[in-house]
Amino acid sequence: MAVIVPLGEAIAGLVRDGDTVALEGFTHLIPFAAGHEIIRQGRRDLTLVRMTPDLIYDQMIGAGCARRLVFSWGGNPGVGSLHRFRDAVENGWPAPLELEEHSHAGMANRYVAGASGLPFAVLRGYAGTDLIGQTPTIKPITCPFTGEALAAVAALNPDVTIVHAQRADASGNVQLWGITGIQKEAVLAAARSLVTVEEVVEEFTDVPGAVVLPAWALTTVSEAPGGAHPSYAQGYSSRDNDFYVAWDAISRDREAFGRWLDEQILGGSDAPPRGGAAGVSA
Amino acid sequence: MGDYTADEMMSIAAARALRDGAVCFVGIGLPSTAANLARRTHAPNLVLVYESGTLGAKPAALPLSIGDGILADSADAVIGVPEVFNYWLQSGRIDVGFLGAAQLDRYANINTTVVGRDYHDPVVRLPGAGGAPEIAASCKEVIVVLRQSRRAFVERVDFVTSVGFGSGPGTRERLGLRGAGPTMVITDLGVLEPDPDRLELTLTRLHPGITVEQARAATGWDLAVAATVQQTPPPTPDELAVLRRLGGKKP
Repeated sequence: MAVIVPLGEAIAGLVRDGDTVALEGFTHLIPFAAGHEIIRQGRRDLTLVRMTPDLIYDQMIGAGCARRLVFSWGGNPGVGSLHRFRDAVENGWPAPLELEEHSHAGMANRYVAGASGLPFAVLRGYAGTDLIGQTPTIKPITCPFTGEALAAVAALNPDVTIVHAQRADASGNVQLWGITGIQKEAVLAAARSLVTVEEVVEEFTDVPGAVVLPAWALTTVSEAPGGAHPSYAQGYSSRDNDFYVAWDAISRDREAFGRWLDEQILGGSDAPPRGGAAGVSA
Repeated sequence: MGDYTADEMMSIAAARALRDGAVCFVGIGLPSTAANLARRTHAPNLVLVYESGTLGAKPAALPLSIGDGILADSADAVIGVPEVFNYWLQSGRIDVGFLGAAQLDRYANINTTVVGRDYHDPVVRLPGAGGAPEIAASCKEVIVVLRQSRRAFVERVDFVTSVGFGSGPGTRERLGLRGAGPTMVITDLGVLEPDPDRLELTLTRLHPGITVEQARAATGWDLAVAATVQQTPPPTPDELAVLRRLGGKKP
């Protein structure tokens, strides 16, 4: 049964050095506040799992939290490269980063297998690609009924999955809506989970298409208003596209990134970090 | 070049390739620009599917990412990511997949993973696969959009992220890929289409003012040229106006 605790306490209790940690949220509802708290608490040697590493993993990789990345698309959507990710892969800075690389379809099915308690999932995918040769968690498999050649992908079972949602109720049930991505599967695949929410309410109101995660399927809930910024929470905030654009300059340069990290994250401010002139200029 | 840019011509040529009523799997950047332009011009019933799970999105402005709120707000249905790839893409429900590339070879194989032959020590680390391998495999047809240059149009891609025609005729059948593969590569210079027999990309169309020599010079292999090379009609005032209203963003 989920307990509702402050974010710092939640991270301290759930995330250990060396853990396999998934922070999910497909463009929408990305748990930035939780990622920043992991940086502040100085976690190291994490295996970070996420379909689209996005800015949050660029920040965590640049801050030195990661030893390994399991992913399927590592860019800044609509903008360009993730420069901290690239610097780690191309130059080993601040530390070498091992990669385990899939397609979106493969990652999605790996989470489904993990949530289903199965060792692997089957899909029609990867045939003819060079990913097969680089990624040991993709193997060929023959359908026992038709003989068709298919791909098997190993289940993903993170030690901890962290997602952001619009709200929780007083009992710790969680409600999310809009683009719900892979969050449900990622939470159910994990040994432990944390959901950060915009607000805790007495009782839910109905929202079309909402996903509800029952309190008894979660470990921890923390209130983190604005905790998805610069991503967004439908009904609460809009995607801060300007920050995604500004991140290109902040992250391109190690020193500029270091200043941003010191000022916006390690400085201890609880306010959502901002880009703009302060972060970019020398 | 007249009163429009090469990128505008490319976006407009890509939009024209989409027939009204088609179901289109849309990536961000140029493909999204072209699909949204098509829906506002000749193809009002074009169905846009974004990999974030927004089916039938009708955004009022160009989204920056595949998961902007404007897509969810305007969609026929919003579904989870496993559903997008399993129920809709893998099952063969998508007519057209729209892909970009960092590198492309003569058989329209696509690299979006690494530049350089050593995967573990790349010259440039690119974003990776995303949805592309299965889009390239399972959509009924694939349209590739990218600027033509020797850097991008290479003899052999450094990494096969998504399969076009592999090593030529027979590859897709052998691999069990169900879609027809790339039917068109649309660039800022013209259009390349697979030769019906050899499946090698062949220059079939040039945009206004572009020569065969320019297209061949911007290609890293000995580019085949169709017996008759057609000319792309220039953008209409309406196409240009709609594109520029959309934001006419650089992809």
